[in-house]
Amino acid sequence: MYKIESKNVDFFYGPSQALKNINLAIKPNTVTALIGPSGCGKSTYLRLFNRMNDLIDNTKIAGQVIIDGDDIYAKGVNVDSLRKKVGMVFQKPNPFPKTIFENVAYGLRVNGITDKKFIEERVEETIKQVVLWDEVKDKLKKSAFELSGGQQQRLCIARALAIQPSIILMDEPTSALDPISTSKVEELIYELKTKYTIVIVTHNMQQAGRVSDTTAFFYMGELIEYDTTKTIFTNPKVERTQNYITGRFG
Amino acid sequence: MKMPDENKLAKRKKWNQSIAFWIFRLLSYFIVAILFSILSFIIYKGVGVINWNFITQMPEEGMTKGGIFPAIIGTLCLVAGSMIFAFPIGVLAAIYMNEYVKDGIIKKSIKQMTNNLAGIPSIVFGLFGMSLFVNKLGFGDSILAGSLTLGLLALPVVIRTTEEALKAVDDTFRHASLGLGASKWQTTRNVVLPIAFPNIITGLILSIGRVSGETAPILFTVAAYFLPKLPTSIFDQAMALPYHLYVLSTSGTNIEASRPVAYGTALVLIIIVLIANLLANGLRKYFGKKVKMN
Repeated sequence: MYKIESKNVDFFYGPSQALKNINLAIKPNTVTALIGPSGCGKSTYLRLFNRMNDLIDNTKIAGQVIIDGDDIYAKGVNVDSLRKKVGMVFQKPNPFPKTIFENVAYGLRVNGITDKKFIEERVEETIKQVVLWDEVKDKLKKSAFELSGGQQQRLCIARALAIQPSIILMDEPTSALDPISTSKVEELIYELKTKYTIVIVTHNMQQAGRVSDTTAFFYMGELIEYDTTKTIFTNPKVERTQNYITGRFG
Repeated sequence: MKMPDENKLAKRKKWNQSIAFWIFRLLSYFIVAILFSILSFIIYKGVGVINWNFITQMPEEGMTKGGIFPAIIGTLCLVAGSMIFAFPIGVLAAIYMNEYVKDGIIKKSIKQMTNNLAGIPSIVFGLFGMSLFVNKLGFGDSILAGSLTLGLLALPVVIRTTEEALKAVDDTFRHASLGLGASKWQTTRNVVLPIAFPNIITGLILSIGRVSGETAPILFTVAAYFLPKLPTSIFDQAMALPYHLYVLSTSGTNIEASRPVAYGTALVLIIIVLIANLLANGLRKYFGKKVKMN
């Protein structure tokens, strides 16, 4: 049983086609890396899974995206509940202009949870989960903007985890971070896959190699190759993949 | 061919640059100089008549003596009234346009209309206010009619500045909130508005400045030539500073004698706008700080 499946997916920004006939299936509790040069459609593809592309005017999708057996683009799908199930972490750390505590509590509150004790426990639990607790436990009431970039990004991951999604999408989550913060986030990704299915877009080949189980290589809106990360990096079947991996173009 | 002397080229480059800089510098000083000369002229002419009685007493002896208290109160009422009307409507309209309407013909035409509204001469607002609020709706010459007319005038300013404020909020905040399953309204209310709020206040400042100095829209809708008592309800006529200034300098009983009072009135009007700006600026800073904390 696959966690995420996409069948014959085409995607259009106005008249230009950004994704061409993408077929891909992702197993639960794995990390899948989407790699490829800028503009290849990997971020667009990622944003299909929580219907973030709906927010852009004049876009169109064809084909099926299936999560837990249901087509998420079918009529009558509740997008809010889908997004509750599919959390997202963005390129730049973007905590809300709220306290550290309220940032993590936000997802719970907007989904109607009012039980104070539950919220407090859940916030603590989640911040511990992203290994940030010791750094922030004394300043939960302080602004999230006072944290460093790396801390902010881990807070944003906590924010996504608080509402207990089963899938986490990460759009170049470390591209704005220093090497030490990056390795912390990568360690975290490794830990998180025991509980979640993770899809990560990255420009960083080493990162894809370090954190992911499977890797999908995109080029000009097409899925060129999809295999275990080991195969993609050591023995790719398509020459273009090999060229990209080895840095001959990109 | 031999390259021209490098030192010479560098010198010429430097020279050109410093000429350009000096032109820009002089022009910006020029603007400041204009502002200061207007201000100092008004202060020089008007400061002599300003005292406690001037701002707390009724006008006397054909407006050549006494104070301008009713005009101050009238202007404050009109500013407050027009903002109560224009601020919520303008902000909500801007939220609707920026957060809810998709790009397309509807959004474009609403925007165009708003811009057109901003371009209408204020005297036209005055005539419109007179025929609609004063006559048709039967408010008579009243603070209500004047406030509504001024409110219409302020509306495009409020809408445009609010829109700019909302646009300045980075989309990733919206996406992060929506990505957590928040509705559009929850996102707007809990994330977008708090971030945009300090800049929305700027719109308030600008429109207060605009409204408090307008004469034409209140001419036919509220302003009284001479009314030495305070308004008791929103259906009363009132004096107002800009109109009072106009009366004093064009159609008073003794224009020469009322000249100092006119300058005093102008100074008071400027000071009121200044205080309003400072207050709103303080508010903006306060909320700017607070927004990071909630």
